[in-house]
Amino acid sequence: MAAAIEFRGVNKWFGPLHVLQDVDLTVEAGEVVVVCGPSGSGKSTLIRCVNRLEVIQKGEIVVHGQSITGPRVHLSRLRAEVGMVFQSFNLFPHMTALENVMLAPVKVKGLPGAGAEKIARDLLERVRIPEQADHYPANLSGGQQQRVAIARALAMQPRIMLFDEPTSALDPEMINEVLEVMTDLAREGMTMMVVSHEMGFARRVAHRVVFMDGGQVVEVQPPEAFFAAPTSDRTKDFLSKILSH
Amino acid sequence: MKYQFNWSVLWSGQSGQWLLSGLILTLELSVLAWLMAVVLGTVAGAFRTAPWKPLRAVATFYVEFFRNVPLLVWMFFWYFGVPPLLPRALQDWVFAHSLEFWAAVCALGVYSGARFSEVLRSGIQSIPRTLIEASVASGLTVAQAYRHVILPIALRLIIPPATSESLNLLKNSSVALTISVAELTFQTRQIETYTAKAIEALTAGTLVYLVLCVTIASIMGWVERRTAIPGLITGGRGESR
Ligand SMILES: Nc1ncnc2c1ncn2[C@@H]1O[C@H](COP(=O)(O)OP(=O)(O)O)[C@@H](O)[C@H]1O
Ligand SMILES: [Mg+2]
Repeated sequence: MAAAIEFRGVNKWFGPLHVLQDVDLTVEAGEVVVVCGPSGSGKSTLIRCVNRLEVIQKGEIVVHGQSITGPRVHLSRLRAEVGMVFQSFNLFPHMTALENVMLAPVKVKGLPGAGAEKIARDLLERVRIPEQADHYPANLSGGQQQRVAIARALAMQPRIMLFDEPTSALDPEMINEVLEVMTDLAREGMTMMVVSHEMGFARRVAHRVVFMDGGQVVEVQPPEAFFAAPTSDRTKDFLSKILSH
Repeated sequence: MKYQFNWSVLWSGQSGQWLLSGLILTLELSVLAWLMAVVLGTVAGAFRTAPWKPLRAVATFYVEFFRNVPLLVWMFFWYFGVPPLLPRALQDWVFAHSLEFWAAVCALGVYSGARFSEVLRSGIQSIPRTLIEASVASGLTVAQAYRHVILPIALRLIIPPATSESLNLLKNSSVALTISVAELTFQTRQIETYTAKAIEALTAGTLVYLVLCVTIASIMGWVERRTAIPGLITGGRGESR
């Protein structure tokens, strides 16, 4: 397998706060990595570095063989290659679901409207809400909005998808519809980094689980080992807290 | 002595004609200045929130410089100060084509643009930053994110305060009489001078301004309803489902 994302000695500070400390991690192409850890441990920051929403101060990040932390990075090419889904959906409220999905293909890739519409409708089909194409975000449920957001991220045909707590803002009954779509994606071979505390999803879908604490990657394990026999005390402590309820 | 009302001064003699020409000039001046203000204000308002310092600096300079000096001073500046600085050909043109009108358009447009940009800036700042992140994460440049996402939302949000600014602009156009633009207030004063009927003349002017303001407010209200984002709660009667 070829490496899709490599973090090499990555360090990042927010002012005096050392949020990423010597992170070394390789995500293989087609691999699904779930990142968990306590709030404030740097999970979001870690994945936001991959599409350069955050810049690092030390170390290197390589995406598909290309360094993305050097001075000469083709940002829009990188971001077309890496899709992102946010906790708060962040759909464009003044556009219909369909328009949300079409915007980047039309404006960034310069696709003609009809071509982009075809792609967008297929994607809405794939996230199982073709009937919501003409609805505005405010008239969709949280689960539907997040699925539109996934379709929007897929519209640029990325090779990597980043998910930052995609189900944390959802009512419990909507979590599964989003996880199902993500599971489909994983089965199709998408490279995914998923910040999530959905341990059922991690067990079933992840190839490896990363545990972060205090800006450090504490443990990286396949899910069976991660849940059955975590090596670090910090991991055990964290798992006992989130699995107890 | 008791004041003798004589409303007929408003339709006898040249009064009606004066009022009409004043009204037309007020409208021409306000519309041109409004367009200028919206363009300048949109650019400056966007620049003031841009993630690039030099743009913010330029916009901040524009806003603070122009909105902190009284409009009256700007009228004099554009009327007396600017023409000598112009190239000869342009100078000849403005002197031949009512310099005072174009000076007033510039004074009012540039001044109101600075105020409008503040309104827009607060609109942009009320939009969550995450919406820009979502835009650039999908490959748009920051400029494209402003053009297709941030500005369309911000401009909708600011329609109510922008309406107040537009009414201010209309009313402020009366300051142009100081550089002898024969707009509505100038004409009411002319009626007063000729007929010595101050109350009648001022009432006529007041009523015209009132009608104009109510009309503008209704138009903006209509625009607000037409452009309301379905499902979002708005101040007006946004369409709901
Ligand atoms: N833009 C920022 N400026 C300053 N501090 C930040 C910023 N973003 C995150 N942080 C801080 O960095 C730490 C890690 O944040 P984050 O990556 O969001 O953690 P997590 O996603 O694991 O909850 C937290 O302490 C957070 O407060
Ligand atoms: Mg987070």
